[in-house]
Amino acid sequence: MFSIQAFLDSFGPLLWAARYTLLVSGLGIALGLVLGALVCAAALSRWRAARFVAALWVSFLRGVPLLVQLLLMYYLLPVIGINVPAIVAAVVTVGICASAYISEIWRGAIGALPPGQSEAAVAVGMNNRDLWTRIILPQAVVMSLPALVNELILLVKASSLVSLVGIMEVTRASQAQAATTFRPLEVYIAAACIYLLINLCLAGLGRYLEHRMAV
Amino acid sequence: MADASSVEIRGVDKFYGSFQALSAIDLSVPPGKVTCLIGPSGSGKSTLLRCINFLEVYDSGEIRIDGRMIGYDAPGGRRMSGGALRRMRQSIGMVFQQFNLWPHMTARENVAEGLLRVRRLRRAEAMARAEAALEKVGLGDRMDNHPARLSGGQQQRVAIARAIAMEPRLMLFDEPTSALDPELVGEVLGVMKTLAGEGMTMVVVTHEMGFAAHVADRVAFMDRGELVAVDTPEAILTRPEDPRIQSFLRTFHERNSF
Ligand SMILES: Nc1ncnc2c1ncn2[C@@H]1O[C@H](COP(=O)(O)OP(=O)(O)OP(=O)(O)O)[C@@H](O)[C@H]1O
Ligand SMILES: [Mg+2]
Repeated sequence: MFSIQAFLDSFGPLLWAARYTLLVSGLGIALGLVLGALVCAAALSRWRAARFVAALWVSFLRGVPLLVQLLLMYYLLPVIGINVPAIVAAVVTVGICASAYISEIWRGAIGALPPGQSEAAVAVGMNNRDLWTRIILPQAVVMSLPALVNELILLVKASSLVSLVGIMEVTRASQAQAATTFRPLEVYIAAACIYLLINLCLAGLGRYLEHRMAV
Repeated sequence: MADASSVEIRGVDKFYGSFQALSAIDLSVPPGKVTCLIGPSGSGKSTLLRCINFLEVYDSGEIRIDGRMIGYDAPGGRRMSGGALRRMRQSIGMVFQQFNLWPHMTARENVAEGLLRVRRLRRAEAMARAEAALEKVGLGDRMDNHPARLSGGQQQRVAIARAIAMEPRLMLFDEPTSALDPELVGEVLGVMKTLAGEGMTMVVVTHEMGFAAHVADRVAFMDRGELVAVDTPEAILTRPEDPRIQSFLRTFHERNSF
């Protein structure tokens, strides 16, 4: 029999664990945005070496499963003498992985701008910095918002993978809860509700931003 | 206009890979005059126009604006510095077939942007000049609209205002009315006629033979990357000697009469 009580009781520990889900995905996307901007700049750079590094970065991080990247990072860091808490390694790995997708999102948005946008700026004598900060980026960022929100939603879900390196986020907390209460169904339904709630909020935020920033 | 520019084009070649888009082009554009470029599709009209403000790089020959070479420091020499090129471009206005307005800015902001970023005017001054330019093209009541809220004709007039607000001495137009519904062509040509009347030097790529016939001082005909003839509108449009011009005008009239 489905126990309403067990279902409701699961929310306490799971919501507490959701801190880590939000932390890993929130800091992960923040790091991903910063690194993604750098990788995107490298990909669009006129230096061949920079473009090559960016291409390598993107294809490695998109080609290897995040779970493998997490384990690699987890075991690699101590070997090279870096001892950091698992949560730091997890956030960094998630951020690095996200940067590959985010740089591609931005490269796509920039590439989708009609060439006439830049030509009009160049024709009035605008310099490169103003061309980027006033014409290209404001449009590219707005265009990329739906894809970025989508990426964030993927990260919230992917953050369940960091349970494997011992972080007590929603998924790991569910496993623990299920093991003590012997009510796995109730617990995992509660976990699903929490992920769904977070992502519905994000989707709403995305729609709001799109609406606000649309011209 | 007291200080309208002249343009001297001599021996200009332009290649896309092994394809020669411009062959030994010679053309003089006298100050304060309107020169129309006509010719079949793919003949190199846009390419030539875009070489004048170095939006397109020409490979040899020279283009001089008021005697100053654009793009290179000397014929066959090194490329001009970015700063020097930008300074020359400030006094060359350009209007595109697709308007190319910046969609995230209002009409006023579109026009003020160059004044703020390139001319480095104070905000109040830039806005005042932007408003004056918009008034001039008859859009005084549309300044706060974004381009998406304007008709094609209105957008193209904003684009013209954006160019003239910079107080250029030369204006380049690349088929400014080709993307417009027929009933909107007149308002844009009207603004261009006014500019011509004020003595602006204008180079206009166009398929509007009426404009070429009535407003242009000179008409240049291009075919396959060559400049076939330059003469008065009358000579080119009503009694052309070159068979290529005759055949172009014949297909043109067939297309536009029924
Ligand atoms: N970026 C490019 N790369 C390769 N070829 C090009 C490029 N731009 C133009 N061309 C070629 O150069 C030739 C001249 O093009 P251009 O756009 O100047 O013609 P046009 O006279 O303006 O034609 P239209 O009336 O169709 O606008 C065409 O054959 C075109 O295909
Ligand atoms: Mg053209």
